[in-house]
Amino acid sequence: MPPAAVSPLATYIQHLEKGELAYQVSPSSSQVVFYPRLVCPKTGAADLQWRVSKGLGTVHATTAVHPQQGAAYNVALIDVDEGFRLMSRVEDIEPTAVKIGQRVKFRVHPAEGDEPPYPVFTPAESAA
Amino acid sequence: MSLTRGSAVIVGAAESDIGAVAALMSPLDLMAQGIQRALEDAGLGLQDVDGLFCATTQARTSAMSLAEYLGLPDAYTDSTIVGGSSFEIHVAHAQAALQAGLCKVAVVTYGSTQRTVGRRAASAREYNPYETPFKPFLPASAYAMAASRHMYEFGTTREHLAEVAVAARDWALLNPAAWEKKPLSIADVLNARMISDPLTVRDCCLVTDGGGAIVLTTADRAKSLQKKPVYVLGCGQSITHASISSMPDLTHTGAIASGAQAYQAAGLKPSEIDVLALYDAFTINTILFLEDLGFCPKGEGGRFVEGGRIGPKGDLAVNTNGGGLSYCHPGMYGLFLLIEAVRQVRGECGARQVADVDTAIVHGNGGVLSAQATVILGGPATM
Repeated sequence: MPPAAVSPLATYIQHLEKGELAYQVSPSSSQVVFYPRLVCPKTGAADLQWRVSKGLGTVHATTAVHPQQGAAYNVALIDVDEGFRLMSRVEDIEPTAVKIGQRVKFRVHPAEGDEPPYPVFTPAESAA
Repeated sequence: MSLTRGSAVIVGAAESDIGAVAALMSPLDLMAQGIQRALEDAGLGLQDVDGLFCATTQARTSAMSLAEYLGLPDAYTDSTIVGGSSFEIHVAHAQAALQAGLCKVAVVTYGSTQRTVGRRAASAREYNPYETPFKPFLPASAYAMAASRHMYEFGTTREHLAEVAVAARDWALLNPAAWEKKPLSIADVLNARMISDPLTVRDCCLVTDGGGAIVLTTADRAKSLQKKPVYVLGCGQSITHASISSMPDLTHTGAIASGAQAYQAAGLKPSEIDVLALYDAFTINTILFLEDLGFCPKGEGGRFVEGGRIGPKGDLAVNTNGGGLSYCHPGMYGLFLLIEAVRQVRGECGARQVADVDTAIVHGNGGVLSAQATVILGGPATM
């Protein structure tokens, strides 16, 4: 494996800065990989390639966090259609109204100060 | 070489001070106190100890710190840390070391002053660029999402979750060492402050201080000691993920694999287990582990615990000390599961003693349903 000029996380963030949700695939094993890595889990292959998701997914699990101070907010696991799961939150809807099985659509939460952009989701316009 | 059934024996077990400990006590103080008490229980002294197995979130190099504290430069050491199940894994590692002759008397120990110093100070959370931006209230939110899936897939209800908390409390009321002293009802659990939906504060483990130790030695050495020997019959482990977003299946844990390994090594099946000690960091845990360790079919755990079935008046004895929910939970609870199981096998549990205990299953959970480790223990009748 050659030296890594750019880390997996840096590449992921560069995609988010362009409004893209990126993930990886390993051609040798046909595995979809998320979070981004240098080595394919289970096979050890170093052939991971980047792909950009269409940004559509389904809520796999959900919770509303109730902090001691401040409003409740959503945390969810999203199954993205290309075959990977990530943590995110569903916005533009009451945190407790987010339902497992609900179709959702990706958008970028922009960078704020030192915090890089990250992916959030909103209810998809058409229920699928 | 594989681990031989019964080659290691637990010959001493004790808690350190637990609950809220004296000001400025350190995690190492609690380890030392637990070791001193467990050695006294075993009829051994510190000069007999040549194996140290330890974990705490409050010392980065806990084996080094413990070797210094106890003045044991030559001890064989292992400070594997995978969260709350670290100590079940230490039992397997100690068994391997005893069997290989790397040590003759091993202590497995833990100490935490989480309540005194605060949860954040005791266990700083690592930044995860794929999770931290969403501010999950960890670990609770991870277990809440697993619960959300269990409810969605199997029709488990918040009342089912509450049954687990109530059973734990009913057991705790029989344990003088338990933190919680007042009765708890299903309604109390449902109406408690919501933490991370669907889990209320009563679905979540306590935040206490505490520590302790167990002492293990070889089967030969155990014969000359004072307490009824408690044999390590089988161990298993499975680490399926570290972060909840990487858990392969939120309703099927690594306990399926770790339990199968332990049952096979022990030559036992679930119906032959007399007492269960299951890591109940959250109420959903107990339901998942009852299923994954074969005490009820997958998906039936919620209905299985209805009607106080796992409480003191029920037909399956689970978490007889009151568990992490009502007895004690200093952050990595796995050692206390072992202590209680040893006491049940010995018949030392007083008002909460289960009749005729020959076998116990101890199941540790670390991280966010991440590191699963099972130990099956048995009394002399099992050998």
